[in-house]
Amino acid sequence: MYAAEFNYLRASSLAEAHRLLAANPGAKLLAGGHSLIPLLKLRLAAPPAVIDIGRIAELRGIARRGDDLRIGALTTHAEIAASAEVRKSAAALAEAAAGVGDPAVRNRGTIGGNVAHADPASDLPTVLVALEGAVVAAGPKGERTIPAAEFFTGVMTTALRDHEIVAAVLVPMATRGVGSAYTKFAHPASRYAVVGAAALVAVNKGTCAEVRVAVGGLVPHARRASAVERALSGQPAEAASFAAAAARVRDDLGSDVLGDIFASAEYRAAMAPVYVKRALAAAAARAGLA
Amino acid sequence: MAQVSIRVNGRVRKGDVEPRLLLAHFLREHLNLTGTHVGCDTSQCGACTVLIDGRSAKSCTIFAVQADGCDVTTIEGLARDGQLHPLQEGFWEEHGLQCGYCTPGMIMSAVDLLNDNPTPSERDIREGIAGNFCRCTGYQHIVNAIQYAANKAARK
Repeated sequence: MYAAEFNYLRASSLAEAHRLLAANPGAKLLAGGHSLIPLLKLRLAAPPAVIDIGRIAELRGIARRGDDLRIGALTTHAEIAASAEVRKSAAALAEAAAGVGDPAVRNRGTIGGNVAHADPASDLPTVLVALEGAVVAAGPKGERTIPAAEFFTGVMTTALRDHEIVAAVLVPMATRGVGSAYTKFAHPASRYAVVGAAALVAVNKGTCAEVRVAVGGLVPHARRASAVERALSGQPAEAASFAAAAARVRDDLGSDVLGDIFASAEYRAAMAPVYVKRALAAAAARAGLA
Repeated sequence: MAQVSIRVNGRVRKGDVEPRLLLAHFLREHLNLTGTHVGCDTSQCGACTVLIDGRSAKSCTIFAVQADGCDVTTIEGLARDGQLHPLQEGFWEEHGLQCGYCTPGMIMSAVDLLNDNPTPSERDIREGIAGNFCRCTGYQHIVNAIQYAANKAARK
């Protein structure tokens, strides 16, 4: 399959990318290309110009910033999954990155492209919402930080404005006694999430002191499961409470559960408690180790 | 048109390409390196897998212009002086292929896997080739073939 013709422009800095974006209305940004190129090949998108930001050095790398990890937009899923820092401080994110697609996809796909594309079946948005991460959007006049819960607004829709570029993702680093995990029902061919669940649990003397849960894959964009969170807070960190709380996810799903030829909405909704329960149990187990 | 200069199997290859030309088609149609196959054309089946700067990548989901200045290795670049690469030898010895369509991509993914993890478990191997589909073998002989190559390297 061939994409429609486009002008190819390569930016070597963020400033140059902003100049090219301003000069080429309707242009799309290309990083790893693993979300954009399939769209171009199917001609679901046919931008007049494609601006390659894949070589901008300032968009790379993982660094500590205060209480957060700042993960540059061009960091690949493989780099995130292999990062000792991410595995230690944001285990759910490393786990989700390790399960994106397959090894070759993870070598090319980037966290910035992933969040900007905002596919409802994607893994990382679910984790970022649960961990209360944020997206750093770089505009021509500077950066702004958008909480993940406000960044994802619909199917392939984000709060990013015209001429803003995802520069980085911020993830709070876990403290002592806090664990996080991501589990999913992966589509067998694409590995996209049919149902994805991310959890963060703080365990204090055997009790779930703080609980954060998000679901993705089966809803238009990743969202918090507050009924589950309320049900588990203050409860003992044990299998029975995880199962009881996870069953409440039905109250969080509402009427907009997605279905397709692979899995109906009813089936996905029925599977959601299973994956939420597993995420809770895995997060709590990690909290015990931390 | 855009000018690209890509080191393919150790040799710098230059070309004028349309920006929308996929790396897979650059390799196959411009360089006649038809060992890289195009299967699903949607980055799922892995038949088009090559190494870019040493890491596996699906060449149906990369424009040739993105690989400008990079080092690309295809299945044609593995044998040395008429000697099969240990993975190629493994696929031969362990009957790792039937129709052969997936084989080049399967081997390139296995090269990346063994570079990272020279002594993989069966599970590591299956995860390493998770992005490569074979519709003939049922995978067991492919796993054996990759294990053969790992064992051979370990004996040295």
